Amino acid sequence: MIANYGYLDGSGQYFIRIDTEKCDGCGDCVAVCPAGLLAVGADENDPFREEPVAKVTEDQRKKIKYSCGPCKPGAARPPLPCVAACKPGALEHSW
Amino acid sequence: MSTEFWRWTEYRKTMPGADWREAALLTAGVDVGSVSSQAVIMADGKLYAYSSMRTGSDSPRSAQNAMDWALEGTGLTLEKINYTVGTGYGRVNVSFADRAITEIACHARGANFIYGPSVRTVLDMGGQDCKVIRCDEKGKVTTFLMNDKCAAGTGRGMEVFADLLQIPITEIGGKSLDIDEEPKPVSSTCVVFAKSEATGLLRSGWPKNKVIAAYCAAMAHRVVSLLERVGVEKDFAITGGIAKNVGVTSRLAGELAIKPLETEYDTQLAGAIGAALFAHAITKKAKAGIK
Repeated sequence: MIANYGYLDGSGQYFIRIDTEKCDGCGDCVAVCPAGLLAVGADENDPFREEPVAKVTEDQRKKIKYSCGPCKPGAARPPLPCVAACKPGALEHSW
Repeated sequence: MSTEFWRWTEYRKTMPGADWREAALLTAGVDVGSVSSQAVIMADGKLYAYSSMRTGSDSPRSAQNAMDWALEGTGLTLEKINYTVGTGYGRVNVSFADRAITEIACHARGANFIYGPSVRTVLDMGGQDCKVIRCDEKGKVTTFLMNDKCAAGTGRGMEVFADLLQIPITEIGGKSLDIDEEPKPVSSTCVVFAKSEATGLLRSGWPKNKVIAAYCAAMAHRVVSLLERVGVEKDFAITGGIAKNVGVTSRLAGELAIKPLETEYDTQLAGAIGAALFAHAITKKAKAGIK
């Protein structure tokens, strides 16, 4: 499943995209996120999946533009820690 | 005298000819949304009885009320129901539910039931959020995107316009098509900005139907950008209250160049139907495990 966490508002579209088929629930992304917006747990949208999966925490879903801001300086953007840490390449940002 | 233009008819129904006493497995789904709540009772995975009503300010109470109303007159009681799944925005407030499942999973499953297994893309236009879900032939989610940050393009926005223009919410769609010429969409779908823009349009002499057409068009345009992020694959179906608003759905179909499927079912029931089906599947799976 491709899970898109985030929102569209007047200023644009902000989504963190997690491919739950690729995600192995290792939690490497959780450890490196300075904003603490990721978590590993049960897949809420697939009631029959038993393996844990990475997700954006509920209380962060409506503010990722701001929470992710410090990792996204305007110029010469370094690789995003969460994306770089994900070995299976399951995580992407839309902006 | 003031009229509540946002009001729609609350109702309950028992499927004619159905009898719960003959069923081996009784399950229920309760969808507590931000605007409306539905309870669906299924007998062996078939629709038996349901209710649809407004969500009050007290979510646990709304869940109970919807369930009580669905049970009313059937002789069936809550204790006889084998398994109940709560879903929707207020799913954690369904105190009598055995499990809570997200509305994303439930809407995909519900759309699969309502529209059939050919559905691949579901757009749920709810009271306070919009969801785009891609699913397989079993109604299992393959991709989803939910926007619940902003109520633009949702039922709540439509309620504000019903009140502003004094058009009953159920007539908005039809009236928005009764125009001489399609207007440009209002420039913002933000309910607050759109309302002030609409007030200005009314003052400049626009007829009410043209103003509501401009808002329906803006709403359709906004969800198209969400749909495009996920991609639309046929068959395409719309669930939720806005699915009943032909002013939005016809404009959406025009922009996407894909006609959404039609149904006899109440599109607001999709979440609760999906929840009741999950309850059925979970119970069956558990029984199979014991054997």
